[in-house]
Amino acid sequence: MKRLPLGTGGLLALAAIVVFLPFVLPNNFYFDVAVKTGLNAIVCIGLNLLIGYAGQISLGHAGFFALGAYSSAILTARYGWPAPLAMLTGAVGVGLIAFVVARPILRLKGHYLAMATLGLGIIVAIVINREIALTGGPDGMTVPAFSIGGWRAVGAQTWYWIVGGALLLAVWLSLNLIDSGVGRALRALHGSEVAAATAGVDIPRYKTLVFVVSAVFASLAGSLFAHADRFLTPVEAGFLRSIEFVTMVVLGGMASTFGGVVGAAILTVLPQLLAGFHDYKHLAFGAIMIGVMIFMPKGLVPSLAMLLRRRPRAGAGP
Amino acid sequence: MSLLRVENLTKEFGGVRAVADLSFAIDRGRIHSIIGPNGAGKTTLFNLITGVYTPTAGRISLDGHDITALPTAARAARGIQRTFQNLQIFFNMTAIENVMVGRHLHLDTRFLPSLLSLPAIRRANRSAAERATELMRFVGLDSWLDADADAMPYGALKRLEIARALAAEPSLLLLDEPAAGLNPKETADIDALIQKIAASGTTVVLVEHDMKLVMGVSDHILVLDYGQRLAEGTAEEVRSNPEVVRAYLGQAAPGVG
Repeated sequence: MKRLPLGTGGLLALAAIVVFLPFVLPNNFYFDVAVKTGLNAIVCIGLNLLIGYAGQISLGHAGFFALGAYSSAILTARYGWPAPLAMLTGAVGVGLIAFVVARPILRLKGHYLAMATLGLGIIVAIVINREIALTGGPDGMTVPAFSIGGWRAVGAQTWYWIVGGALLLAVWLSLNLIDSGVGRALRALHGSEVAAATAGVDIPRYKTLVFVVSAVFASLAGSLFAHADRFLTPVEAGFLRSIEFVTMVVLGGMASTFGGVVGAAILTVLPQLLAGFHDYKHLAFGAIMIGVMIFMPKGLVPSLAMLLRRRPRAGAGP
Repeated sequence: MSLLRVENLTKEFGGVRAVADLSFAIDRGRIHSIIGPNGAGKTTLFNLITGVYTPTAGRISLDGHDITALPTAARAARGIQRTFQNLQIFFNMTAIENVMVGRHLHLDTRFLPSLLSLPAIRRANRSAAERATELMRFVGLDSWLDADADAMPYGALKRLEIARALAAEPSLLLLDEPAAGLNPKETADIDALIQKIAASGTTVVLVEHDMKLVMGVSDHILVLDYGQRLAEGTAEEVRSNPEVVRAYLGQAAPGVG
C-alpha cells in the first residue's frame, strides 16, 4: 500500500517532535500546554475515526471525555481504587454506554444524528452538575495523583512523557485500523452505505464499533486529564468542549489521523499563548470553522498534502 | 434447482405497486436479462433481491434457502452481488481500495488484530490488494490501478463497480444498466466482459435498455411491465411476442393500424 510508508513516516516525525520538543519548552507552563494538546489530540484521533473516516457526526464527545475523567476521579478519590484500575473501569463503562446508545442513535443521519449526540453530551453534563455528592457539582473536585505501586505521576514534565507516549500509541492504533479491512469498511460506509452493505459490510455493527472506539479514546484521554490536572469541573463535559473537539478535527483534516493531531495542536496552543484571546476563544473557533469550510473543506493536513502531491486525492490520507 | 426463485413478490410504494405478484426463476450459470419500459419495476426488483427494500409480500429464495428477511450484507455473504444504475462508488477511496472493499467477506476483519496490525491482517491486506489488482485488469482498468476513484471517468467507474462486485466472488451477479451512458465501443467492451464473467461460472442477471446488447448476450429474457411478467423466453421468443412489441411501441390507435 502506498499510504503505509506515508503513515509510518508521519508517525516517526511525530515521535521526533515528542522527543525533541522538551528541549525548546522553556518552563512548566508550556509542558502543561503540551499535555493538554496531546490529550485533545487523542480525543480527536478517535473522533476522526468516527467523523472523518466513517462519516458519522458526534457533538457529544466531551460527554465521553468527562465520563472517563470523572470515573477516574471518583473511583480514586471517593473509593480509593488504584488509578490504572479506575481508568480501565471508566473506559469499559464508557464503551458499554456507547455500545448501548450506538444502535438507536446511529440509525439517524445528518442533523438528526448531530442532535441526538448533542443531547447525549448534555445529559452527561447535567448529571455531573447535579450529582454533587459524587462529583462536587459545579465547584468541581480534586483528583488524587496517578500512582502505580509506590510511584506517583506528578508534575508537568512527567505527564508530558506519559501523554506523549499515549499519543504515539493512539496514532499508531488509528493508522493500523484505517489500513485494515475494518478501516476500509468504515470508509466505505461513509462513501456509500448501500454499496458497503452490498459488499457485505454489516453497517450497524461497524457504526457501533467506530462509535465505541471513539468513545473509549475520549474516555482514556479524560482519565489521563483528570490525573494530570488534578482538578475537574463540569466544564469538561460541556457542549462547547464537544464543539472544540469537532472544530479541531475539521480544521486539521477529516479522514486524516495526523490532521486531528494538527488541529488539536493549533486550537489548544493558540488560546493559551495569545493573552486576551481566551475570552474570544469560541468566537475564534466559529470564525475558523467558517473559514476552513469555505477555503479548504478537506482541512489543513489533507489540503497541504494535496498541494505537495499536486495530484488530487479524496480525503483518504493517513 | 434454480439459483434464484422469486414467488408472488409484491412491493407497494404508497398506492403504487412497483412489483405486483411477480414470480420467476433464474437458472444457474447463464446470462439472464430483465427488460421492460421505464417504470416497469426492474430496479425495484434488484433492490428487493439484494435486500435494499423489504417486500410488501412474497418470497425470495437463493439456492433453496429463504432470504426474504435477510439484510443486504447477509445476502452478500450468501453470494449475491450487484452494480448500481446510479453509480455507488466510494469516492473517498482509491480505485483499488474500492475493489478491496469488495473482498470484505473474504478478509480477516477481527477488530483487535486489525488495531494492532498483526501479521495475519497484513497478509490479508496484501492478498486483497493482489486480488483487486487482478480484477481491475480483468475488467480492463489496467491504466487506473493507482487512481483515486473521484479522478476516474464515468465509463471506468462502471467497470470499477463490476470489479468490486466480482471481488466478493458472487454466485449471482446483478448488473443494473451496465451500458447506460456508454458509447458503442464501450458497450461492445461491456458485452465482451459480461460474456467473460458468465464463462467463469457466475450467473449474470442484466437490467439493460440497450436492446442490441440484451438480444445478443442473453440466454434467457424476462420482460416486465407494470411490475408484472409480460413474457419470458429466449431472445427470439421475446422479440416475436406481440405483447412485448405492444408494451414497447405502444398500442396502435384503432382505425390506424
